[in-house]
Amino acid sequence: MLLLVVVVMAAVGIGAVGISPAQVVAIVLQQIGIDLGGSFGMNQSGVLLGVRLPRVLLGVLVGGALGAAGAAMQGLFRNPLADPGLIGVSSGCALGAVLCIVVGNAMFPAFLNQLGLYALPVAAFVGGLLATLLVYRISARSGIRSVSTMLLAGIAVNALAGAAIGLCTYLATDAQLRNLTFWSLGSLAGGTWETLSVVAPPILLTLLLLPRFARQLNMLALGEGEAAHLGVSINQLKWRVTGLCALAVGASVSMTGLIGFIPLIAPHLVRLSIGPDHRHLIPCSTLLGAGLLVGADLASRMVVSPAELPIGIITAIVGAPFFLWLLMREQRIA
Amino acid sequence: MALQARNITVERSGKRLLDSVSLSINWGEVVALIGPNGAGKSTLLKTFSGTLNPTHGAATFAGRELWELSPAERARVIGVLPQESSLSLPFTAMEVVAIGCQAGGADGAQAEQIARQALADADVEHLSERIYTTLSGGERQRVHLARVLAQLWRSRNRERYFLFDEPTSSLDLAHQHRMLSVARQCAAEGAGVLVILHDLNLAAQYADRIALLHHGALTAEGTPDHVLTPDVLDPVFQVTTCVFRHPGLPCPLIGAFGKQSIVDAGIPHDFMQPSST
Repeated sequence: MLLLVVVVMAAVGIGAVGISPAQVVAIVLQQIGIDLGGSFGMNQSGVLLGVRLPRVLLGVLVGGALGAAGAAMQGLFRNPLADPGLIGVSSGCALGAVLCIVVGNAMFPAFLNQLGLYALPVAAFVGGLLATLLVYRISARSGIRSVSTMLLAGIAVNALAGAAIGLCTYLATDAQLRNLTFWSLGSLAGGTWETLSVVAPPILLTLLLLPRFARQLNMLALGEGEAAHLGVSINQLKWRVTGLCALAVGASVSMTGLIGFIPLIAPHLVRLSIGPDHRHLIPCSTLLGAGLLVGADLASRMVVSPAELPIGIITAIVGAPFFLWLLMREQRIA
Repeated sequence: MALQARNITVERSGKRLLDSVSLSINWGEVVALIGPNGAGKSTLLKTFSGTLNPTHGAATFAGRELWELSPAERARVIGVLPQESSLSLPFTAMEVVAIGCQAGGADGAQAEQIARQALADADVEHLSERIYTTLSGGERQRVHLARVLAQLWRSRNRERYFLFDEPTSSLDLAHQHRMLSVARQCAAEGAGVLVILHDLNLAAQYADRIALLHHGALTAEGTPDHVLTPDVLDPVFQVTTCVFRHPGLPCPLIGAFGKQSIVDAGIPHDFMQPSST
């Protein structure tokens, strides 16, 4: 919690126009009618309220959503290597967005113009939901909805979406390709009050509801059979948790592009420090995910200032070795 | 007041796993379920736990079909001790037992107290802060016993049933007896207990009734003295048994010999047929 506050303060303060933490507080309080009389320039206030605050808040929301969804999916799959990307949400989103960029603009320009800013996010969101539903339909075919069939179905959908995206990149024009690359590496640069108002409702809904499933996820950790004996309706739990994760991840990814590894790392670090109890794991992963993403965004702005790196590169540079280390550690235990 | 299975038939992919089995587990008694591997013991236990819907027949509790109760309703009445569990997250033994408390609806200080008591009953108090995944097979089995006891702790004044699936499989001799003493204790407090056992002498010592399954059918059911006789056991288990009176306890004592070992020892066949009482 403290970490998150510090990171947020640093993130809103640091940049081309420097703003001290005291000034940040003063500016925000003034907006809600409390005048502390602190000294700050108009441009500082403008930068903070117009650019940095929405961007950082988007980071907090998306990071929190990714952290919580990661914790919940790992609980559901009873596997610390699980990730919402596995069940097809992320690749579904990617396919939706890519289709929108490459095919959509050519086929329904009028409709897309009407959607304006929202076109890409909505397309990604729909793609993510469809992919998740497809995974569910496939895994439900075998009767009992076992976790392993769900994982395999997720892999298949990921591969299919990957192939379709690859096909689209051949069709894309140069300008589209650049847009596509930037989007697929992720960025919080789309953070405005407008985009915030689009992603906030689904994400806040998920963050509010997910912790309710913590006890059931704890029981599920003992095994599907044992959880059923302890009173958990397994299928109902799977549907609800997966649905909520799809909602939050879909909304996040659609607005910021593909940001990897946060859902993997955040719950893991939390588990190392406070243990695997989902009642604490989910809220702490939310906070840590938010802190990590805002921190990564800060780094992406500082490294090649005044330009910025796509944030997906930063999280991958830190996250990929972490993932490998995890894999090797798992192997040693097994 | 009982968990009742009436004419249970279970067919899976064309194979008949259970064939018209009727069995009830009454309040206050320990029922041992014995039989060779693949006889359908675990299938019957799953029917009693309500997680398997029989093809024909019904398993009922208080006049309602178990399969149709919600998992939460079943969890307040029936506790299942699995043969083995696949927990891979680093929970402590205490936390595992606390999960049982939560399932039973206990919370906070009360849950803590119940968990401690349950750990003590299962003789794993000293392991409470150990990480579950670092425990031995037998220790894990005892932690799960504590978890199941904790789950039904608050149902003490109501009907409750324990289903134990080979609870002694990885326990040392002392803990095998401790496990079944706990089962007896539960029955003394009014619970009904079904235990799948392979050790016939444990069944003889601790069970009020014994049910023998063979090829999915109930071949014998009754008191230990009634079921544990060479006439009943030999054809089912394909061994030669010798049944004596237990020198210290009011129950039979069973010795078993593989067919080949009898031939090797040159023991005359009629020696192996002592009176069964």
